[in-house]
Amino acid sequence: MSEHSLQREDFAKLSKEEKVPEVVVRESISAWKDAWFRLRSNKMAMVSLIVLVLIVIMAIIGQWISPHDYSTNDLSATNQKPSSDHWFGTDALGRDMFARTWMGAGISLQVGIYAALVDLFVGVIIGGIMGYYGGKVDEVLNRFCEILYSIPSLLVVILLIVVLEPSMFTIILALSITGWINMAWIVRGQIMQLKNQEYVLAARSLGASPARIMFKHLVPNAIGAIIVTITMTVPSAIFAEAFLSFLGLGVQSPAASLGTLINDALKAMTIYPWRMIFPAVLISLTMLCFNIFGDGLRDALDPKMKK
Amino acid sequence: MVRYVLQKLLFMIISIFVLASATFFLMKAIPGNPFQSEKNVPPAIQERLNEQYGLNDPLGVQYLHYMNNLLHFDLGLSMKQQYTSVVDVIKNGFIYSLQLGIFAIILAIAAGIVLGLIAALNHRKFLDAFTIFLAVLGVSIPNFVVAAGLQYVFGVKLGWLSVAGLNDPTDFILPVVALSFLPAAFIARLTRSSMLEVLTADYIKTARAKGLSGRIILIRHALRNAILPVVTYVGPMTANIITGSVIIEQIFGIGGLGKSFVNSITNRDYTLIMGVTLFYAVILMLARFLTDIAYGLVDPRIKLSRKGG
Amino acid sequence: MLKKNKHGFKLVSLLLVLAIIAVGCTPKNETGNSGNGGEAAAGKKEFRMNLSEQPPTLDPAQVQDQVSATVLNGIYEGLLRKDEKGNDVAGIAKDWKISDDGLTYTFNLRDDAKWSNGDPVTANDFVFAWKRVLDPNLKPAAAAYAYQLYYIKNAEKYNTGADGVTADDVAVKAVDEHTLEVTLNSPTPYFLSLMSFTTYFPVHQSVKDNEAWATDVKSIITNGSFKMTDWKKNTSITLAPNENYYAKDDVKLSKVFFTMVNDSGTELSMYQTDKLDYAGMPTGLIPTEQFETLKKSNPDEFKVKGTASIYYYMFNTKQAPFNNEKIRQALSMAISRQDITDKIALGGEKPAFGFVPPGIKGEKEDFRAEVSDAYFTEDIEAAKKLLAEGLQELGLSKMPTVKLAYNTNDKHQKIAEAIAAMWKTNLGVDTSIENQEWGVFIDNRNRLNYEVARGGNGADYNDPMTFIDLYTSKSGNNNTGFASKEYDDMVKKAYATDNQKERMEAMARAEKILIDSRAVAPLFYYSSVYMIKPGFEGIFMDYKGDIDYNRGSYVGK
Repeated sequence: MSEHSLQREDFAKLSKEEKVPEVVVRESISAWKDAWFRLRSNKMAMVSLIVLVLIVIMAIIGQWISPHDYSTNDLSATNQKPSSDHWFGTDALGRDMFARTWMGAGISLQVGIYAALVDLFVGVIIGGIMGYYGGKVDEVLNRFCEILYSIPSLLVVILLIVVLEPSMFTIILALSITGWINMAWIVRGQIMQLKNQEYVLAARSLGASPARIMFKHLVPNAIGAIIVTITMTVPSAIFAEAFLSFLGLGVQSPAASLGTLINDALKAMTIYPWRMIFPAVLISLTMLCFNIFGDGLRDALDPKMKK
Repeated sequence: MVRYVLQKLLFMIISIFVLASATFFLMKAIPGNPFQSEKNVPPAIQERLNEQYGLNDPLGVQYLHYMNNLLHFDLGLSMKQQYTSVVDVIKNGFIYSLQLGIFAIILAIAAGIVLGLIAALNHRKFLDAFTIFLAVLGVSIPNFVVAAGLQYVFGVKLGWLSVAGLNDPTDFILPVVALSFLPAAFIARLTRSSMLEVLTADYIKTARAKGLSGRIILIRHALRNAILPVVTYVGPMTANIITGSVIIEQIFGIGGLGKSFVNSITNRDYTLIMGVTLFYAVILMLARFLTDIAYGLVDPRIKLSRKGG
Repeated sequence: MLKKNKHGFKLVSLLLVLAIIAVGCTPKNETGNSGNGGEAAAGKKEFRMNLSEQPPTLDPAQVQDQVSATVLNGIYEGLLRKDEKGNDVAGIAKDWKISDDGLTYTFNLRDDAKWSNGDPVTANDFVFAWKRVLDPNLKPAAAAYAYQLYYIKNAEKYNTGADGVTADDVAVKAVDEHTLEVTLNSPTPYFLSLMSFTTYFPVHQSVKDNEAWATDVKSIITNGSFKMTDWKKNTSITLAPNENYYAKDDVKLSKVFFTMVNDSGTELSMYQTDKLDYAGMPTGLIPTEQFETLKKSNPDEFKVKGTASIYYYMFNTKQAPFNNEKIRQALSMAISRQDITDKIALGGEKPAFGFVPPGIKGEKEDFRAEVSDAYFTEDIEAAKKLLAEGLQELGLSKMPTVKLAYNTNDKHQKIAEAIAAMWKTNLGVDTSIENQEWGVFIDNRNRLNYEVARGGNGADYNDPMTFIDLYTSKSGNNNTGFASKEYDDMVKKAYATDNQKERMEAMARAEKILIDSRAVAPLFYYSSVYMIKPGFEGIFMDYKGDIDYNRGSYVGK
């Protein structure tokens, strides 16, 4: 035993002071935090976010701030100019436009958000299944999507509204029937790319269930694309509702959406411009903010992802 | 390639069949009939009309009858526009929608690419921010507001252009501009982002290193590659514009197909609803199909037999 | 890779080529409508108005709508015409004789009446046209308005195939080339007024072998003041004076140009930018909200005319609580009609308390002037009392929410909202207003699947009967469940006689029964708003709101 071998005595216990883990020079940053930093540095996006939050708050409380109710007729005060009593003026039935505009913003936002949620739910599940299983399942579902996609959306929407009578629910349903396909295709594309990555293989060889792999590994990694798609879905659903309003198939009075308000005012645009301006500016502002924020979010979540 | 095309075509036929069936039953589920009016016609006459149009047959029989006709490319006669075949109604309306759509798409591509280029070449400068702001604004205003505004300013206030109709070549200007607003804005953003990507790519740097002039690099190399995503977007967009111009048609008083389609549903003009639906579907499918092909031609990395998502 | 990208450019250039082709396909504007500035100013006689949409048909047998009728009234002429006051004057028939029993009409046709292709218009053309309307096997569809001819003996039987009656049995015959004899089922004092109705127009016999004749300018042969010279589908129709017309010197307009623009705002803009000479009713529309401003800015051009039509709400009398007369009365009395007409409808409409609108002929003058419509008054206190009594009779403690249905339309909606608000304020009754798509709405109404629904009726002919017979218990248009034996008897009585005094009394009695029952709550008598450029004369709106431009002329400002 001439060679020196390690002996127990060669080791000494560390003192408490010496027991310091490796020093991390920079704080570790999660992907989310990183995105948040990037988003925060994007001034335009942040301003948009703040404006959006304000719009949402006003949409919730706006109609209660006004001294007038959104549905009370006052035939002695029709088409009034904006004044200290009616801040945004009144409409053809003497209803307060301030209350109606914010009420309308609320409905428009709800249509947008619910439609986006349905798209999210259905689109992610179907898209996930297509992307994950591939092969026959993908083939069949994809064909199904393609058929749905080739139906003129105008037909579906009008038919549904005619059959089910116009209401917010019908409108959301009609918009979502074909709306989710885009989401499904985006998720499918993402998942297809992701599922061949090593960490998925690792998870699979460790015996993780498909559902676990899907929701623990794949969906979180595709979330950037999903969120961006949603920020685009909300405004397009709001627009679609406005389009329906133009055809007289929008939300039914006395309730109102920004679309129906604009459409009501369109014919009298030159005489009672205030009836048009407030809701039109509000819908454009909402769109603008959603778009800028969506762009910012995309840049923040994945600077490389450009589509 | 041939196999792929055949496969696609076969699938299109199946899709049309499924779509026709679905539309048929959905349409029949709506209450009402083509002969309704505020004042009802006597039941005996109503009955005879139903008989003549085969509306008294069981739904299944009506369906088989329609499908059989469809197989022989017979879309039937419109029930509301009397003695006029569905094909004629589509032809009469589509000619306008098509013209508007094509002009709008050309304008959108031209304006979109130019704006996108300006933005990309002035990255992070004032012009960039300005064009992007314009582009975002373009997708932020409902198109009926844009259309009504254009009509009022240029038609009524300034009196430069007529407010409606398509009697004069200049009459196309307002509806085409209104129609191209949104896609132009979209293309501008698309072009900007892909241009920015391309400009930092290696082959551009190589070209620069070779000493090529800025303009040649821009046109020969950068733009051609940057336009790729735009090309793939053009197909479906064209289809959407052509099939979705109903609002613009209404505001500018143009008798396009969109108007006929909306009216056909109100009128319960069953043969016309079916005809236009199938026609639109074929356009949408063809647009997708051509896009796929174009995609494959443009980008050799994509194998046509299997789409890569 | 770079090479491949050429395809991108190819696609763009392909689009360009397509665009050029598309331009090439643009239907050329032969009518020169756009040039209404310089050349037109000198001798401007063209008259331009808006139809809003493509006429569904130009076959007189098939016409049911105002758009088609507006065109047909210019290119066809019936046995009689109507003058500006609504009197029946000679048309293709130069004079006529009515038998003492009021059953047989003999029309003497003018010798110089010609079709636009030069053929003479004969009594046989009328026989042909009328039997064609009644033909149950008319291709591709039976005429929906065939019932407008049911006054003629055996017409209904032939049309419905009853009793083996054939076309030969229909009591209309050509005694000779220029004499037409018609025998009716019962004396019908307003039969003459029907002679200017589209369904009674003659048709050129060349249409026999051509099902699609009415869709093509070339095969449309007409006998009216104008003939059609151009029809750009979905876009415009152009009429020019018919040089073969017997009174061609009375036709002063050089051209009539119809557009098909389906947007009221656009229509008004076209009028304001001198692309139209006429805007508004009957086939167009001026936005309601512009009325006040236009009245002030263009007082000479802005016209309002009562049009013998009624706007009302109907109750489903088979459905509780509307099966209770008192509740219906209460709801009807708690509406402030003046507010509706002055603040919402805005087009010069008149509050209605009866069912027959002004403008309909009575015994000697206007029916409404002879028979007052003061059947009831608006009275909120009385309404409250009636409502309470009605609820008690039904054993209800509170009025359930009323469902008020109307078809999708801006104006209907505003009226419904205002009335819902009135019911709430005046009676404390909650109302849910339901907007229904047109076809669904009609279907629901026909199947009595509603509580309260909007209704509207115009006149088919100039007699109170056109309104009164809608509410007989057997009528296909009585969608309220209202059934009164006395009402039916009164209608029968009015049908049976040609004594105008008795007829009017019977119909006035019937109207009172209908209104007293409140199966319908009349709201207002319609009027039409239109604008016409100064300088045009002889273009007028008749009692039921149809426009007549046949004798129009431009005399300059």
